[in-house]
Amino acid sequence: MVRGLRTGSPAGIQWCTVVELAIAVRDVVRDYRRPRTSLTRPGPVVHALRGVSLDVARGQRFGIVGESGCGKSTLLRIIAGLDQPTSGSVQVGGVEISRLPERRLGFLRAQLQLVFQDPMGSLDPRMRVRDIIAEPLVAQGHRNNLARVHELLEAVGLQPESADRFPHQFSGGQRQRISIARALAPDPRILVADEPVSALDVSVRAQVLNLLDELVHRLSLTLVFVSHDLSVVRHVCDTVAVMNRGEIVEMGPTDQVYDRPVHPYARQLVAAAPRLQAALAGRTAAVLAAETLAARTVSSDSVGSPNPLARPEAPGLATTTAPRDSSTPTPDPTPDPTPTPDPTPASGPAPKDAP
Amino acid sequence: MTTAPERTAYPPPGMPPADVVRVRDLAVVVGDKPLLVDVDLTVRRGERVGLIGESGSGKSLTALAIMGLLPEELHPSGSVVVTGQGPAGGERVTSVLEAGEPGLAAMRGRDVAMVFQEPMTALNPTMRVGAQVAEIMTIHGTVADRGAAAARAVDLLDKVGLPDPADAARAYPHQLSGGQRQRVVVAMALANDPALLICDEPTTALDVTVQALVLDLIVRGVQARDAGLLFITHDLAVVASVCERVLVMYGGRVVEAGPVLDVFTRPRHRYTRGLIGASDLDLTRPDGGLYTIQGSVPAAGRFPAGCVFRNRCTHATTTCETVPEWDGPGPEDGFACWHPVVHRG
Repeated sequence: MVRGLRTGSPAGIQWCTVVELAIAVRDVVRDYRRPRTSLTRPGPVVHALRGVSLDVARGQRFGIVGESGCGKSTLLRIIAGLDQPTSGSVQVGGVEISRLPERRLGFLRAQLQLVFQDPMGSLDPRMRVRDIIAEPLVAQGHRNNLARVHELLEAVGLQPESADRFPHQFSGGQRQRISIARALAPDPRILVADEPVSALDVSVRAQVLNLLDELVHRLSLTLVFVSHDLSVVRHVCDTVAVMNRGEIVEMGPTDQVYDRPVHPYARQLVAAAPRLQAALAGRTAAVLAAETLAARTVSSDSVGSPNPLARPEAPGLATTTAPRDSSTPTPDPTPDPTPTPDPTPASGPAPKDAP
Repeated sequence: MTTAPERTAYPPPGMPPADVVRVRDLAVVVGDKPLLVDVDLTVRRGERVGLIGESGSGKSLTALAIMGLLPEELHPSGSVVVTGQGPAGGERVTSVLEAGEPGLAAMRGRDVAMVFQEPMTALNPTMRVGAQVAEIMTIHGTVADRGAAAARAVDLLDKVGLPDPADAARAYPHQLSGGQRQRVVVAMALANDPALLICDEPTTALDVTVQALVLDLIVRGVQARDAGLLFITHDLAVVASVCERVLVMYGGRVVEAGPVLDVFTRPRHRYTRGLIGASDLDLTRPDGGLYTIQGSVPAAGRFPAGCVFRNRCTHATTTCETVPEWDGPGPEDGFACWHPVVHRG
């Protein structure tokens, strides 16, 4: 499937003929209605997603960053077919999944699997590890295959004996490995991870990140990685979308968003994150707070700084000359052609492990 | 730095700042399982000390022991001495492990105050937040009457940066955001000008942009009162932004201590070095992976005898089966490792 050619850009044309999209999200809106508080009026509506569009190319490592309540988990649930958008379209592997009934989503479960944040809550405490890992296989109609379970356990760095034990007999990091093994069981093409390392200890977090990295590389998976922590996303992903209040406010190559954020909110997110080396060099809590406030109030004063979204080395990121969607906050009134992070990129930048 | 007038003569000029808490040989056991062993810790007035470690390392237990809040089935030994301000500018010394409940109740919230991780569970959901801040002052008698307490509560809420503090004082906790609730908790903790503020993962539940502001608030709060700060976190970058000194805990022991810059740039204990390597995501191995520590943190009381880190340490030998001696000029500067990292130059 090929979408969104960039007219007049040879690089874009060449690119789009190569890249196949794993996930295409278009103008997705999700409204929740809160319980009513008055007899005469309906309950208030919460706009969890306000027109989100993004493309994830096959083999890409796509990060979604934002703070609590920004809609990142809602977006993830919709991509995974666990929730339905109020409007808009979601295609996974070229097939429209929004408004499909659950019984017709079997193909999606074979293609796309999830790893959740809480490794205790996402594993059934009464099931043995071998049954947990084999469950997606059984659901797909395969027979319970112990050899496959052992293979998966080995792939995530656990002993084959682990198969006979229960989740509570494992540490948090090991439980997250079991979750990953379960997700990989049906041999999916897309792995979706929702804050997979947020509940883990620092020393174990590095192990799990390395494991994810290795598996995504070895199995040529497409990764969608949601986190509140920009530095984790920077390490894992090649492309990142920054979400705020149900919208994607900035999207681009991870290093670029991290080093030269354009949107005020993205700037604030980068400024507020404490970093060890910077802190040792004198970036104290007072400096952190001052920079965070400065990023919040000085709305993207990028006069004199290069416009990163117009850089030629970001071929995949759409910087169309006429922004399609005026609802996206325009971060920057500079005369440069549209620094607006366009909500609908033609295609992602080069995947890290393009075949 | 501003100090309240009644405290200008404290400590006497020319003297080093007084210890606000002095913990020596603190051990805590449950049944026959050791949870804390040989913990030494000192915080002086005006000092900001970090306590770092992973879950199960004993950081929070150390804080609870200082507050005298250990659950009944846990048995502490050693000594914990808190020095606060008594009436009329004198000192009040509390031996926490020996003191009875009345003595501890007088100390908590007055000499030592604590900020917990979850602001929602730390606040009373049925009470307006202004009344909660005022209550801690009327209980300890640090204000003349309830009217003065209410006025000072609004003032404190203003100082911690709540917009429209008079309105905020009438709000219930559920009407505030997570960051605002934590600001209220900080206001409560600072209400009686404690000599020591203990913060246990105060920003872990907060968004990163809110975290930056709350950290700044805590640092400014203790600086303005010349109080000591004991800051507990698992986040090394946060501790480096806030503290001057740091203690690294693992397996219920302090394995390394020293000035933040020294410990983080020239770690001596193998665990400290591993922890720094694993938490710095800007630092990668030649193959692009992150540095890791093998294995995972054992459950409480299941740490190996001898060096608690030896089952995960790549440098462990049979020597490590005996407990390593503390190597350093004092309990606030040194490490306990048989095979320390050697830094050249």
